Amino acid sequence: MEFFGLYNYWVFAVLLMIGLYTVMSKANLIKKLIGMSIFQSAVFLLYITMDKVEGGTAPILKPGVDGQIYSNPLPQVLILTAIVVGVATLALGLAIVVRISESYGTIEEDEVREIDRE
Amino acid sequence: MMPIIAQLPILQVVVPLMAAPLVILLRGRNLAWFATMAASLFAFAISMNLANRVREAGPVSYEVGSWPAPYGIELYVDAFSALLLIVVSGASSFALLIARNSLKHEVPEDRQHLFYTAWLLALSGLTGILVAGDAFNIFVFMEISSLATYILIAGGKQRQALTAVFKYLILGTIGATFYLIGVGLIYMMTGTLNLADMAARLHNVADLKPILVAGGFITVGLAIKAAIFPLHTWLPNAYTYAPHAVTAFIAACSTKVSLYVLLRFDFFVFQDNLPGHVAQFTAFLMPLAVIAIVLASLIALVENDLKRLLAFSSVAQIGYILLGASLVSVTGLTAGISHMFNHALAKGALFFAVACLAAGGARLSVTGLSGAARQMPLTMAAFVAAGLSLIGIPGTAGFVSKWYLVRACLELGPWGALLIAPVLVGSLIAVLYVWRVIESAYFASANQSDKLTEAPRWMLAVLWSVVGLNVYFGLQPTLPLELAASAADTLLFPYD
Repeated sequence: MEFFGLYNYWVFAVLLMIGLYTVMSKANLIKKLIGMSIFQSAVFLLYITMDKVEGGTAPILKPGVDGQIYSNPLPQVLILTAIVVGVATLALGLAIVVRISESYGTIEEDEVREIDRE
Repeated sequence: MMPIIAQLPILQVVVPLMAAPLVILLRGRNLAWFATMAASLFAFAISMNLANRVREAGPVSYEVGSWPAPYGIELYVDAFSALLLIVVSGASSFALLIARNSLKHEVPEDRQHLFYTAWLLALSGLTGILVAGDAFNIFVFMEISSLATYILIAGGKQRQALTAVFKYLILGTIGATFYLIGVGLIYMMTGTLNLADMAARLHNVADLKPILVAGGFITVGLAIKAAIFPLHTWLPNAYTYAPHAVTAFIAACSTKVSLYVLLRFDFFVFQDNLPGHVAQFTAFLMPLAVIAIVLASLIALVENDLKRLLAFSSVAQIGYILLGASLVSVTGLTAGISHMFNHALAKGALFFAVACLAAGGARLSVTGLSGAARQMPLTMAAFVAAGLSLIGIPGTAGFVSKWYLVRACLELGPWGALLIAPVLVGSLIAVLYVWRVIESAYFASANQSDKLTEAPRWMLAVLWSVVGLNVYFGLQPTLPLELAASAADTLLFPYD
């Protein structure tokens, strides 16, 4: 029961490792960026999971409604910022890959390294 | 209406941040440069004022929007951050003075205003990290400065700059994400992001395991950003292929700011709350520091490319800073923190000399420099003087912090005396790799094919003024030492 009760955290850990493995093992620069994105998304999931309160709803105050349980809104706000950061990083990474492709004619890391060595 | 002086901590970040979009609108190289320079100098003036206030009256706390901490966002400037604020805004100002001439050859004229925009964003990000009093704002500013730095490095002329920056981007993002995981885990257990509040609430956390994991994530993540050996692999290429002025700027401050965050967390937040943390901290970082000093210096010794040689020397210097910090004593931390300041001076001057050499048409490799001193005597003389400061010759800034480092090692008794060995070996190797450059430039026969001219007077003036600062702070080290000692004191005993 404990195991399934925490399955969000398991998904977080698995996604994190998939992302990290992709970054390290793939030679294609676009695939590396995809791995980086998965890696970052895993952290988004960690933050979203930790603010969940059992039976909690969106934290909107309404007159006349008392005793309502709310989810913690702060991590959601934080992760909104982190998502924006992730998008910016991905965009910059893709822009660099475009320029690498323009000047080297390839986006395979080993081929780029081969060209540099010459 | 509050007096403007009370608003300085926030202005430190806001001035460059607001100047950045303004510079996009200012087309034309001179106007953009002028606005950037003005914003950077203004930031420098603010940091000097803040440092004076911290020296006189202790740490400055600022509540953003008048919301009291821990609910509102707190900006917090103590001696440690004040010293690094001077380093960051000073490095930016001097590097911009050099950039005026040296960027002409490296960045196309119609893109320069965009380049300066990225520069200002990097500056505001770095200063933001230093004034932020909570863990999440540190993350946001870290990403602002990193993203802007990637753009600056990608501005390098050679195409290898692109591959270098891609590597830096991947590793930097992984480092920042690790940091974010660590902060998330701490938030989960304490419900706060304010560093001071975090440290206080950690006392009452029953299950310390997540905090221990968080400590691991934060330390490793920031170690990537700070280029602590073996996680330094992004640094040599990034420094080598960046435009020269950018190399001088980031070499002087960006890794140090990450080290600052690392020390803040390890001492300010974790030290009193995790049992055995100090022993773990020392056992983990001291061996890395020693290996970095010896190994990176040895690599610098065989490196032919001049900028790469200096980059590996930077990895070694980070080792000195870390070695001082890992001694966990007031003298050790004073040595490490003042070395941040002194190394910024020495390495900044060396990379300025590189920019001057490039402007004079010299090839930037040890063999390519042969005979360069005859045609560029002023630049090479400055290179030698800055090199002496890097080695740590008495009378230069580099000596002061190394002297403190040796004293801190001796304080530990006979066991600590062993630690002096890597410091001395590292300095000796530094003598050798600086000598290789001197030998080639002064004593080798000149390349007949190269026609070198002395660098423009403007660049020489900037270069020599930084060399002058190296000597000045070697003879009058009160300002960095006083701030470093007070920073060491607050790091070790944060609650007195």
